[in-house]
Amino acid sequence: MTRHILTGTLNRSATIFLAIVAVAGILLPAMNLLLPDSSSLHVPTYLMSLFGKYVCYAILALSIDLIWGYCGILSLGHGAFFALGGYAMGMYLMRQIGTRGVYADPVLPDFMVFLNWKALPWYWHGFDMFWFAVLMVVLVPGLLAFCFGWLAFRSRVTGVYFSIITQAMTYALLLAFFRNDFGFGGNNGLTDFKDILGFNVQADGTRAALFAASCLALAVSFLICRAVVQSKLGKVLLAIRDAESRTRFLGYRVESYKLFVFTLSACLAGVAGALYVPQVGIINPSEFVPGNSIEAVIWVAVGGRGTLIGAALGAIVVNYAKTAFTSGPLAPYWLFLLGALFVFVTLLLPKGLLGTFYAWWDNRIIPLSKGAPSQRHEGNTAEFARDVAEPHMAE
Amino acid sequence: MTTLDARKTSAMLYLDGVHVSFDGFHAINNLSLTIAPGEMRAIIGPNGAGKTTMMDIITGKTRPDAGDVLFDGRADLTQLDEAEIAELGIGRKFQKPTVFENQTVDDNLLLALREDRSVRATLRWRRSRADTERIDRVLETIRLQDLRHRLAGGLSHGQKQWLEIGMLLAQDPKLLLVDEPVAGMTDTETHQTAELLKDINREKTIVVVEHDMTFVRELGVKVTCLHEGAVLAEGSIDQVSRNERVIEVYLGR
Repeated sequence: MTRHILTGTLNRSATIFLAIVAVAGILLPAMNLLLPDSSSLHVPTYLMSLFGKYVCYAILALSIDLIWGYCGILSLGHGAFFALGGYAMGMYLMRQIGTRGVYADPVLPDFMVFLNWKALPWYWHGFDMFWFAVLMVVLVPGLLAFCFGWLAFRSRVTGVYFSIITQAMTYALLLAFFRNDFGFGGNNGLTDFKDILGFNVQADGTRAALFAASCLALAVSFLICRAVVQSKLGKVLLAIRDAESRTRFLGYRVESYKLFVFTLSACLAGVAGALYVPQVGIINPSEFVPGNSIEAVIWVAVGGRGTLIGAALGAIVVNYAKTAFTSGPLAPYWLFLLGALFVFVTLLLPKGLLGTFYAWWDNRIIPLSKGAPSQRHEGNTAEFARDVAEPHMAE
Repeated sequence: MTTLDARKTSAMLYLDGVHVSFDGFHAINNLSLTIAPGEMRAIIGPNGAGKTTMMDIITGKTRPDAGDVLFDGRADLTQLDEAEIAELGIGRKFQKPTVFENQTVDDNLLLALREDRSVRATLRWRRSRADTERIDRVLETIRLQDLRHRLAGGLSHGQKQWLEIGMLLAQDPKLLLVDEPVAGMTDTETHQTAELLKDINREKTIVVVEHDMTFVRELGVKVTCLHEGAVLAEGSIDQVSRNERVIEVYLGR
């Protein structure tokens, strides 16, 4: 696997994508730290953190594209895995506050003192260690996805029914995390972070490092997803997406494949959430809102389903538009615009921005190298409408 | 099931007293059928006779309410699921050609090749020379060598049907179930398909479900006529097509 990831066939678009991520990951922090404030090229810290947030969203979008674009599993609850990864990181950051909290309790976070709790709940143990928190960032979303997927895929819950229960899952978690006695800070969530690995989370240097780490995570996630979709397993996933029943008759255990890719995707979403939290400085139950998960699916549809790069691109473009829109006088209309964007993309650009670009590029190339076969596997968003209209029935 | 008689042990496929009903409708009604190893059998029958349901039972998609379904004298197919049955060596070609349209002809055959189908094995898989040679052989049999790198979705209807048959061959099954292979084909394609199946039959046992009588005649094999979920007549095409009950069923009473 490793050999494949490192030296395997990287086509031109993948190389360009990785180069852009690498350059951004190095250049932006450098422009923030090395250039004086007065320089016109200086990147303010808030802007870098904003981009850092987009990069985390891009990782989430990749994880959704892996299951939706390549295996046809439409999860409308992926925000839950993102949030769980975020909470795991948030718990670590809370434990780092120590006596600097309002109540100055060396062990208990402020909200527990406020609730009159005498001891740390068992599930908060271990989160004072960074390695443990990192492990949980991956394990908790992964385990939830594994159990959820095991039950759903084994019972052959597919199409729109699966999407609905993922919405229910994230909603149930939203309600649970809202409760004070659940032990995660209730309504307010976890915030007021001080240190990460001994560095002040507010410091420019830490912010720059977090941004670079997010870019690195995006690049690694991309390589993992790419290795998966380019393996024979990737071909099986496409087969499941396009003709699930047929794949079963070929002798593939469709549920095992779905479970593998769904769990992997949840782990990636968890990592995205973990990098997101220290950059925005808070994690609260609103991250579980079903609308968030749906928005993430729209990023993927806009960027181009089944292209990986398109998903990352879509996340960044849509979120940039969101920031631009919601900071102006048009703010109240953002959701209308988002809805309109989704309808527009579904009807007119079913392959998304990148998928449409690829199609145009291929058509431009084919007359030169006559009859060159197209090796691309974009899904298209029109299929989404079909998924919803009539869930895939077996032959 | 306690006493296996001689027919059960020697037959490639053995159905005895099979019943299936959907919401009170008896799709299969006391169906008994024996296919010998190496045989090619054509199954005919009017719409709703239970041909596809029979295929569904054999491949594990539908569980019978009663009756025995044995494969290769040993395996009780009523207890296995689709993947396990495919693993045992039963391959199925569907009525509607369902190839993987967004993948190349080569990838379609690769997915069908008889290889370890576990998640781990497919993740680590690398194309070997043996794989390429096996795919070459199948492509030669189904005469699609030139279209190897084409997307399957771009093939003609007849070519898709052959690709499906090729996918069956790549699975290296003992028994091939072929559902309406010539539906929608031109006369030439129909003829070529008959030749192809006869070719394959030299090594494999085949069950063909087909409406097209010219095609069935061309195959020149034993024919079973189903009606209302049970066997109505069995014999050569001439015998079956002269059978009064068969004529009655086909022409209406």
